[in-house]
Amino acid sequence: MKISSIEDLRRIKEEAQKRTLLREGKADYRVVVHMGTCGIAAGAREVMSAILDEIAKRGLTNVMVTQAGCIGLCDREPLVSVEKGEERILYGDITPDRARQIIASHLVNGQIVGDWVVHAEGRARR
Amino acid sequence: MKELSLHILDVVENSLRAKAKKVRISILEDTRENRLELVIEDDGEGMDEETLKMVRDPFFSGQGKKVGMGIPLLDQLTRQCEGNLEILSEKSKGTTVRATFQRDNLDLPPLGKLADTLFVIMASHPEVELEFIHRIDDCQWLFNSKKIEEELDLTEENRGVLLPAIREWIEYQEEILKGGIGNEDK
Repeated sequence: MKISSIEDLRRIKEEAQKRTLLREGKADYRVVVHMGTCGIAAGAREVMSAILDEIAKRGLTNVMVTQAGCIGLCDREPLVSVEKGEERILYGDITPDRARQIIASHLVNGQIVGDWVVHAEGRARR
Repeated sequence: MKELSLHILDVVENSLRAKAKKVRISILEDTRENRLELVIEDDGEGMDEETLKMVRDPFFSGQGKKVGMGIPLLDQLTRQCEGNLEILSEKSKGTTVRATFQRDNLDLPPLGKLADTLFVIMASHPEVELEFIHRIDDCQWLFNSKKIEEELDLTEENRGVLLPAIREWIEYQEEILKGGIGNEDK
């Protein structure tokens, strides 16, 4: 289906509203995509886009997606941090595909994807 | 950067970091004059003259880092493409970045996924009013994020689901524009 008009958008909104009524959120995650010049050049936009897409597809309502600048780990860009309370996991070398896997494994099932962790803070060390 | 729209995202990141509340992106293409002009205006903190003099230096950064590549890369690109980069800024008023290019220059990267750039900005900064205009000769399309939000009555709950749909809508508008068909839709 092609979304070509404001009317189409309005219809999608109504459908979405019906679906979200049935769902209740659990975890409060904050996902940060690092989008300095280095991040953007390495593909952070595609990563962020994939994350937003996956969250929409899964209808996750309690995830906040935001962005930050360069943190000096330019060679590990694109970087994504997943935060929940005191816990902060920084993932590096993320592709859109890996980002989708992080959503499924970490945000939905609570399993940190160890292979791509650059740094972990809080209770998460394991 | 592989796409012009990545440069746009990068410059808008600067605006957002300068606490802009409103950002206007204009892409003005003139096929007869063979020019492409990219203008990004914001109402952020702005820069003083001293800072403004240094922004093209890759070893200057406004964020306490040792390097800052965003503006230098865009500056280099405009020069490669027979254009120039003009930055106007006034403290506490805002900044305007105007980049011009020779439209068919071989070194000019494609516009790329413009919808993704706008989508990412809208998703991560819901509080910012984003205005966008893309003109090719006598055809143009434009949108204002706040107007769309009002029109669709976007809330925190339905935002996540609706923004990907808005991205598709933007893609469609871009296709129409490139197809050379005038478009009256808002």
